[in-house]
Amino acid sequence: MPKWAMVIDLDKCTGCGACQAACKMENNVAIVSPDEAQQGRVMFWMDMIVTYEGSYPNVHEKRMPKPCFHCENPPCTKVCPVGATYRNEDGLVGQIYHRCIGCRYCMVACPFTVKVFNWKAPKWLDGKLECFNPDVSRRMAGVVEKCSFCAHRLMNIKEEADREDRPIRDGEYVPACAESCPADAIYFGDVENKQSVVYKLSRSYRAFRVMEDLGVEPNVYYLSKRVSW
Amino acid sequence: MVNPTLDKHQELDATLYRPIYETGKGFYITMAVLVAIILWALYMYSTQLREGLGVTGMNQPITWGFYIVNFVFFIGISHAGTLISAILRLSKAEWRRPITRMAEIITVIVLAIGGLSPIIDLGRPDRLLHIYESGRLQSPLLWDVTSITAYFTASTVYLYIPMIPDIARLRDRGGKLKWAYTFMAWGWQGTERQKRVLNRAINVLMVMVIPIAVSVHTVISYIFSMTLQPGWHSTIFGPYFVVGAIFSGIAALLIVMIFFRRFYHLEGYLKEIHFQYLGTLLLVMSLLWFYFTFSEYLTGYFGAEPHETQIIMYKFSGPFAIFFWAMVLCNFVIPVVILSFRKFKTIPGVLIASIAVVIGMWLERLIIVVPSLANPRMDLPLGIYIPSFVEWSLFAGGIAVFILGYMLFAKFFPIISLWEIEEARTEGIREVKERIHKYLPGDEDFQESIQTIAKP
Repeated sequence: MPKWAMVIDLDKCTGCGACQAACKMENNVAIVSPDEAQQGRVMFWMDMIVTYEGSYPNVHEKRMPKPCFHCENPPCTKVCPVGATYRNEDGLVGQIYHRCIGCRYCMVACPFTVKVFNWKAPKWLDGKLECFNPDVSRRMAGVVEKCSFCAHRLMNIKEEADREDRPIRDGEYVPACAESCPADAIYFGDVENKQSVVYKLSRSYRAFRVMEDLGVEPNVYYLSKRVSW
Repeated sequence: MVNPTLDKHQELDATLYRPIYETGKGFYITMAVLVAIILWALYMYSTQLREGLGVTGMNQPITWGFYIVNFVFFIGISHAGTLISAILRLSKAEWRRPITRMAEIITVIVLAIGGLSPIIDLGRPDRLLHIYESGRLQSPLLWDVTSITAYFTASTVYLYIPMIPDIARLRDRGGKLKWAYTFMAWGWQGTERQKRVLNRAINVLMVMVIPIAVSVHTVISYIFSMTLQPGWHSTIFGPYFVVGAIFSGIAALLIVMIFFRRFYHLEGYLKEIHFQYLGTLLLVMSLLWFYFTFSEYLTGYFGAEPHETQIIMYKFSGPFAIFFWAMVLCNFVIPVVILSFRKFKTIPGVLIASIAVVIGMWLERLIIVVPSLANPRMDLPLGIYIPSFVEWSLFAGGIAVFILGYMLFAKFFPIISLWEIEEARTEGIREVKERIHKYLPGDEDFQESIQTIAKP
């Protein structure tokens, strides 16, 4: 069974934020007003962590796209009282929006702070700009949501591969962020398939995972020549 | 034959019945104010139901705020009652008699408020029953649901069972609500057999209630310590929370006792000595609390794991420094200074210490919940949490429910266990004498002679 993983090449990433925009459109993520965003209620499934090093005039800005890490041993699913967040049969960490009671225990338990909450009834672009992806269910107020690695795409691809009686090809299943990255900095695939790009990159000397000492085994690898991240 | 002491006792006990049959103007005014606060809190909660949790000050990464703080705090206060009363009963402390019921009522009311707090905190309270439909026992929240329900059941029964003889007295006096008292008295006639059964039931319950009470706050601490968050992931959290709970519980009990002594004229029952003894217990708990706090922060600070240090510095000298040092002042400096010296250990002194402890313990809960969330492990900007008006209103509502619940209880039932006081006057005195003689060497044949002494 494939083990889906993402590799983000930080040396290639320009920090443009195209992945964030693509993710928002793909997954019908609610659009939060600037006021609310200021209060810390911004909704990004693909977040961008911006940190600054040094002091003026020698400031160095680091940007790091952060999706859900889809851990092998996720701390969030352990604490959910109703099983609304769980590891599905594809090894992806999913959310069941209609079961979630909104206790936000999973958000508290996640060491990477990837989950977001619908603090108010979600709003999207209205009128002519309104465009929803029919494959992704819209969320309601009071539930937790997060990056799904575009699991709806995998469902379609699995069906297709089943029909044609073949395994899923490398590069066939890619989430919206990887697809849209103009710098080609995001790779996606089966990390256990030795022919895949992701396999090779994850073995690179530049590869690392965030907070590996926690033992949660994230499935998102970062590549960087820099030592300190 | 007229027995003067018996008359005096009856006169004294009449003061206990008075609040049940006489209602003053003050009662109605207080009640109106409290009901107004509760209605306001309900209105505020309805806005939260309509608009979602966005009306609170919570955000990402500080996803838990006042509601969870109050949850931990109120459940902590609830340890005042049943646990302390059970321990005092078990250790045969005779001075417990006027205190136990007051303590047990605190537990029942506060537990109801505390138990509701996480429900208020839910984004989808309409889906609460999913906990039964698809509950996962692996989640510490489920452990909580289980142990709080058990504690609530046990402590309600533990409050009710020792009340039966007193309810029977109210029934026999007749007057208002006789039918209700008749129903609740459960056919109590005070026969030997009934007394035996009652005592047996109390004995079983008091032993049962202690482990349940300890489990409740241990499991609440597990909600935090089972996660990987720095500042929470600590093995001493279980006992630390239990100690804090008993600590704040005793303080709350003392405040309630002083209040009732003053406004219900119970000076004859709650004497200086009760406050001295409970004050000493509070002092011990304060020292114990300090010991736990010291160990917790020293290990974190000494190990200097970066995330841990970041949170500790956030509390010591960062934005939470004012709360942290206020907590140390309220929980350690003030009570220890007041309660260590006989000169300050008067009833007003004990009241000041108790109020300080209750405030300090609330701050402690705040300091546990918020800073760990405000400092996420990832390189994110510091979280800022400013509780909204809705959260403050619901907090005030919770306190109002507590006071109102207590007032109403005192309206319908005697706040001090009458039959236990009476029992003390006869059997209690004899029993204590016998017990002391049992401890003494060479006094074994005293047993027979004592039978004649304390018969009324």
